Amino acid sequence: MAVISYIQAVTQALREEMQRDEKVFVLGEDVGKRGGVFRATDGLYDEFGEDRVLDTPLAESAIAGVGIGAAMYGMRPVAEMQFADFIMPAVNQIISEAAKIRYRSNNDWSAPITIRAPYGGGVHGALYHSQSVEAVFANQPGLKIVMPSTPYDVKGLLKASIRDNDPVLFFEHKRAYRLIKGEVPEEDYTLPIGKADVKREGSDITVITYGLCVHFALQAAEKLAEEGIDAHILDLRTVYPLDKESIIEAASKTGKVLLVTEDNKEGGIISEVSAIVSENCLFDLDAPVQRLAGPDIPSMPYAPTMEKHFMMNPDKVEKAMRDLAEF
Amino acid sequence: MGVEKINMPQLGESVTEGTISTWLVQPGDKVNKYDPIAEVMTDKVNAEVPSSFTGVIKDLVASEGDTIEVGELMCHIEIEGGGSSSEPAAAEQKEDEPSTTTSKSQASESASNGKDQGQKKRYSPAVMTLAQENDIDLNQVEGTGRGGRITRKDIEKVIESGGVSKAEDRPQTEQKAPSAEPSAPESAAKPAPSVPDVQAGEGDIEIPVTGVRKAIAANMVKSKTEIPHAWMMVEVDVTNLVELRNAKKNQFKKQEGYSLTYFAFFVKAVAQALKEYPQLNSTWAGDKIIQRKAINLNIAVAKEDQLFVPVIKNADEKSIKGIARDITELAGKARDGKLTSKDMEGGTFTVNNTGSFGSVQSMGVINHPQSAILQVESIVKKPVYQNGMFGARDMVNLCLSLDHRVLDGLVAGNFLARVKEILEKMSEENTSIY
Repeated sequence: MAVISYIQAVTQALREEMQRDEKVFVLGEDVGKRGGVFRATDGLYDEFGEDRVLDTPLAESAIAGVGIGAAMYGMRPVAEMQFADFIMPAVNQIISEAAKIRYRSNNDWSAPITIRAPYGGGVHGALYHSQSVEAVFANQPGLKIVMPSTPYDVKGLLKASIRDNDPVLFFEHKRAYRLIKGEVPEEDYTLPIGKADVKREGSDITVITYGLCVHFALQAAEKLAEEGIDAHILDLRTVYPLDKESIIEAASKTGKVLLVTEDNKEGGIISEVSAIVSENCLFDLDAPVQRLAGPDIPSMPYAPTMEKHFMMNPDKVEKAMRDLAEF
Repeated sequence: MGVEKINMPQLGESVTEGTISTWLVQPGDKVNKYDPIAEVMTDKVNAEVPSSFTGVIKDLVASEGDTIEVGELMCHIEIEGGGSSSEPAAAEQKEDEPSTTTSKSQASESASNGKDQGQKKRYSPAVMTLAQENDIDLNQVEGTGRGGRITRKDIEKVIESGGVSKAEDRPQTEQKAPSAEPSAPESAAKPAPSVPDVQAGEGDIEIPVTGVRKAIAANMVKSKTEIPHAWMMVEVDVTNLVELRNAKKNQFKKQEGYSLTYFAFFVKAVAQALKEYPQLNSTWAGDKIIQRKAINLNIAVAKEDQLFVPVIKNADEKSIKGIARDITELAGKARDGKLTSKDMEGGTFTVNNTGSFGSVQSMGVINHPQSAILQVESIVKKPVYQNGMFGARDMVNLCLSLDHRVLDGLVAGNFLARVKEILEKMSEENTSIY
């Protein structure tokens, strides 16, 4: 099995799906000749041509809207938002149209579109290039939000998203693109959307997180293992709708639950996870459910010291994990 | 083969458990059948438990202060012909050992840390659940969490090691094992007063709470927390009664050999009034009120640090002399520690002679589950304005505590007025002692 990077897994999944199904096409800003600002669509323009790899104007509402229209007519568009921060002009298209069309048309219509967007901080991107936007979409039934943490999950879940018959938001952590590498099978495979994955078995504390923070938790867990603290780590993978069964199982396993995100604390994905744990696990809980998240300030700052303060990192996760283990 | 068990005997009709106040024997002591081996206190009475066998005491399974259910093991005794040490009793003890050693090793572990134990009694839902499901006494589990908190893992370790210390913390015999469970609601029904965190300072004396003191405490808490008490008091002119009693007391003492106390007159008056107001002779029973037919009056008898409430049975059927005799007998028995559970059973109302301490006003705590208690205070000479002039009269206060669930002011007031009327009418002319 080849070891490839997180972004190579994106490209591989796109290429394989475009080869597999003619209806699959990509559209977005600079995705064609340039191969994307992060090079996620590198080589696709040469291989599939300008009809299936569309460079679009700087108009996210149009990217989403064209994609949704094409999807409703039977195509399988993969729209790219250059940065998740730029998705805001497309929110009306995504929430009012894509999310609701199946329900609104009583199953006559559907919008099998995949919208990819790089999110997250830690890359000196400041305000418009560092945001986590998942919480904006995470109370819109009709949408699915996938946020993978490993190259293996990226490939399997991106393929599943493209093949899904309803709109999927596929958020890729931009810092993970070249930082995270892993083994990825060359053959075709998909992973189920809506299923969380246990990334580490443990019995002392449970960490539930997603995206890049999964790696911070895994690193912290290795350090803590030397101190005899055995962490159980659940990667949500799909943050909407949540895999309640796996969350309940993981939380009940140790009774000490730490939820981690680099998004702002209040009203985020992990707040919903916390509610699920509270509703279902009272008699297994051995400590208050803990949330470790970014501060509730409007955006990731630019100054390196400030960004470091905002951004999640293995040390912060380790400290919170140890604190909970000692409770 | 040669070892027998001595179990907690049934010490009274409604008695379900007894607390060992003192062991009268030690392992190795020779005892004859019927020799007393332990003093046991029940919620009604102190009693001695006789040995069921002749033999040598092998081991004391229960310790002083332990509360044992009727029929449960107190100690083992080697009967004649025995004397070897390979009996089931020994095996039983070994089974107990792992639990104590685990908890001890845990104890020393955490003790060596020298950490504070402030969170020891903060139990998480998981810990509470596991403790209840596995019947674990959390007081015996050492916590490794912050501030000595017992973590879920701590409990899981105890369960895994099999060293489950029962919440009831009493030894179980093989054949009695299934019957141990019904004890749970029993203990739940008992009030568990919260213990404030008080420390004894230098020079303070710590007195362990055992035996009767413990029972008094438990009963008082039960009564005061369960019964909504209300109070009232009347002042009674007993000048004529004092004259009556003074005229008769010397001759009575000579004739009968015991004293004619004021208290007998008061008890008589209360019994008579209760006949007319049976509402006060009743018990709150949740969805109903039970009015008792028999008038059995508890009287409070104090002895050093102990308080007993023996019963004058069918007080309404007795003369003042008969009541005086009962009082003398019961008080004597209480002083000599010879009250039996029979003497304590069946009370329906309590009369308390607080006047004997010189008290002129007090608020009694109702003797649970009765519905009222009457305190007879000191008789005091007072100037009283009567018939247009002041005169010196013998006055006494009668203080009534009532269960306001059962009784209201009106009926209680009428009852007190009736007692007052009866007492004020008692005089040489119209009252017979016999």
